[in-house]
Amino acid sequence: MATIIWTTIGAILTLSVYSFLYKDNPFYKFAEHLVVGISAGYYLVIYYFNFIQPNVVAPVFLLRIGNEAIGLGSSMWWLALIPGILGLLLYTRFFPKFGWVGRWSLGIYVGGYAGLGLSPIMQARVLNQIGANALPLTSITNVFLIVGLLGTLTYFFFSMKHKGVLGVLARVGIVFLMVGFGASFGYTVMSRVSLLIGRVSFLLHDWLHLI
Amino acid sequence: MRRQFPLALCFIAGLFMAVQYFIPHPTVQDMYERLLIWLQTLLAFAFLLGTVSLVRVHYHKIRHRADDRGYSLVTLLALCLMIGLGFFHSAHHAQGSPFDRMFQNVQVPIEATMFSLLAFYVASAAFRAFRARTLESTLLLVAACIVMLGRVPIGDMIHSSIPVATRWILEVPNLAAKRGIMIGVGLGMMATSLKIILGIERAWMGGGD
Amino acid sequence: MNIFERFMNIDRRWIFLAIGIAVVIPFFFPLGLPISVTEPVQNLYDALDAIPPNGQPLLLAIDYAPATLPELEPMSLALLRHAFRNDVNVAVLTLHPAGYGLAERALNKVAEEMGQVYGEDYCFLGFRPGISAVILGMGVNIVNVFPEDAYGTPLNDIPMMDGIRNYDDIPLLISLAGWGAAEAWVLYAHQPYGQRVGAGVTAVMATDFYPFLDTGQLIGLLGGMRGAAEYEELIDHPDEGVRGMDSQSSVHILIIALIVLGNIAYFGARRKRRQMEREAA
Repeated sequence: MATIIWTTIGAILTLSVYSFLYKDNPFYKFAEHLVVGISAGYYLVIYYFNFIQPNVVAPVFLLRIGNEAIGLGSSMWWLALIPGILGLLLYTRFFPKFGWVGRWSLGIYVGGYAGLGLSPIMQARVLNQIGANALPLTSITNVFLIVGLLGTLTYFFFSMKHKGVLGVLARVGIVFLMVGFGASFGYTVMSRVSLLIGRVSFLLHDWLHLI
Repeated sequence: MRRQFPLALCFIAGLFMAVQYFIPHPTVQDMYERLLIWLQTLLAFAFLLGTVSLVRVHYHKIRHRADDRGYSLVTLLALCLMIGLGFFHSAHHAQGSPFDRMFQNVQVPIEATMFSLLAFYVASAAFRAFRARTLESTLLLVAACIVMLGRVPIGDMIHSSIPVATRWILEVPNLAAKRGIMIGVGLGMMATSLKIILGIERAWMGGGD
Repeated sequence: MNIFERFMNIDRRWIFLAIGIAVVIPFFFPLGLPISVTEPVQNLYDALDAIPPNGQPLLLAIDYAPATLPELEPMSLALLRHAFRNDVNVAVLTLHPAGYGLAERALNKVAEEMGQVYGEDYCFLGFRPGISAVILGMGVNIVNVFPEDAYGTPLNDIPMMDGIRNYDDIPLLISLAGWGAAEAWVLYAHQPYGQRVGAGVTAVMATDFYPFLDTGQLIGLLGGMRGAAEYEELIDHPDEGVRGMDSQSSVHILIIALIVLGNIAYFGARRKRRQMEREAA
């Protein structure tokens, strides 16, 4: 019985959102605001119990991590306390007088992530891709791939005017880009339709049991 | 302390994270492991910051009697309900608990349905705006139609060459174009990261002193 | 206003209605058209099929949110069914907070259906924030990032995780995501650690992953509901993916028809307008 009630709630909310297709209305607005609150609450609880509790609260308040007991002043204790304090510093932004203190944490956060990404991005997105495109001119496909990549890169190269050879390459680049964007559009349609199919399947199968 | 110190911290953290890949010394790797946990912790606290901002926005709407304050109340009540169920219900967030039921039967259907609305709008947009006005737009349109047909079973039925053409589009022109974009974006990401580490890009510090 | 212009200005709600009908009708009158399997899907299937049973686990990252559920949940169900059928252990985690409930939902459903035992055949590590920091941290030691599973059991006490230290002990990792997580696994798990990575992504994202497929940075790819349907065909267990394919066909045909009709109306209206302008001149 509980399952039927909960599924019906889900179905009513689904129909409330679809009512927007006719025109904006209070049912849609209600669903829209409801989901903001529910999802923020859900995420907060998941963040807390999956990360903050075991990695900050438990060690700082001398609970345990995995099989390890934490002692006051131990290295584990300090290593949980310091990021915890840095995390709390972020909240100084709500106090205009001390807001600048939060920049310390933000500096470590922004700098750390920027540094972490440098080498993998260089390898995965740039070097590997250039390497994979260094192909012998032995087939039409290879020629297409080389010319297509050169053309695309030329199109995005704005330091020189697109005239002469550069202009021709940029024009070829546009052709490749348009075909690529066309494929993306086709896949986008497919994606959106799949989402709709999923919801219709929920209404007809899970809720009404018609199929 | 207000501007130079955070810039210095950013530089040190960024430089350390960038070079640690090439220094397999145990001390460096130990520091690296710890910093990874610190970064995760900071992200978790930053997320909670977003929730506080959400509460402030809706609280102000209610307090200043904005026209749509009723909906703000819905948001705040829903947030409190989820926090209450998540923190104070004995079953916490286990599957089948009220907290999980709210997620599965309220958040999941609304969010999934909102995104599925786009199916209707993409169809309407395709009808109204997808025009073969120029060579470029015709190429885009033809590629889109071939891919749309080639990726559904009926495309196979109409003609066996449609899936073959789809595969060619994906593996040749699409691959070349997306590889170009990937390289360009990759270089852009690296340039931005370097600018942040070196203190040239300072937008993250916000305004003021 | 001539007939073409009137047609172009048709109330969009008629189009919405047509789309709705095109989705619903195939559910009641299924065509059951055959679904051919593409190479990226076959490659992922083969990679999972090659994992030895009851040994090192498949790492499944259920990184999707409800917004992309209809495309990605059928993938997770099909992958889990395939792994459990082959007695391959599965460790599940998520990098998206909403993935917590969705991972549990998929995992518990298939585990119950196939009589799998928690801790021996599968486990759920839970959610960790930080994406690149999490992925890189797991490359050093999984226990550093996940000292406990999602239910508070120390990872060292979970039998199937015994001897599993880092990516060296993970034969295959598959990320199912509707956002940047799948690429993050390529960047931070494959690139520095050589981890074999496969992905299941929304159709919107699928075309962007072809460069990674071409270089072998991704060993296989499931793109959207169609990708899930192909995988369901491979494991001979048709479900949501296969069921949706007839509706997918009918709506695609309808949208192509709308594009063609829209263009006919546009060029017809343009010709009429020019004709009238010439006559007026």
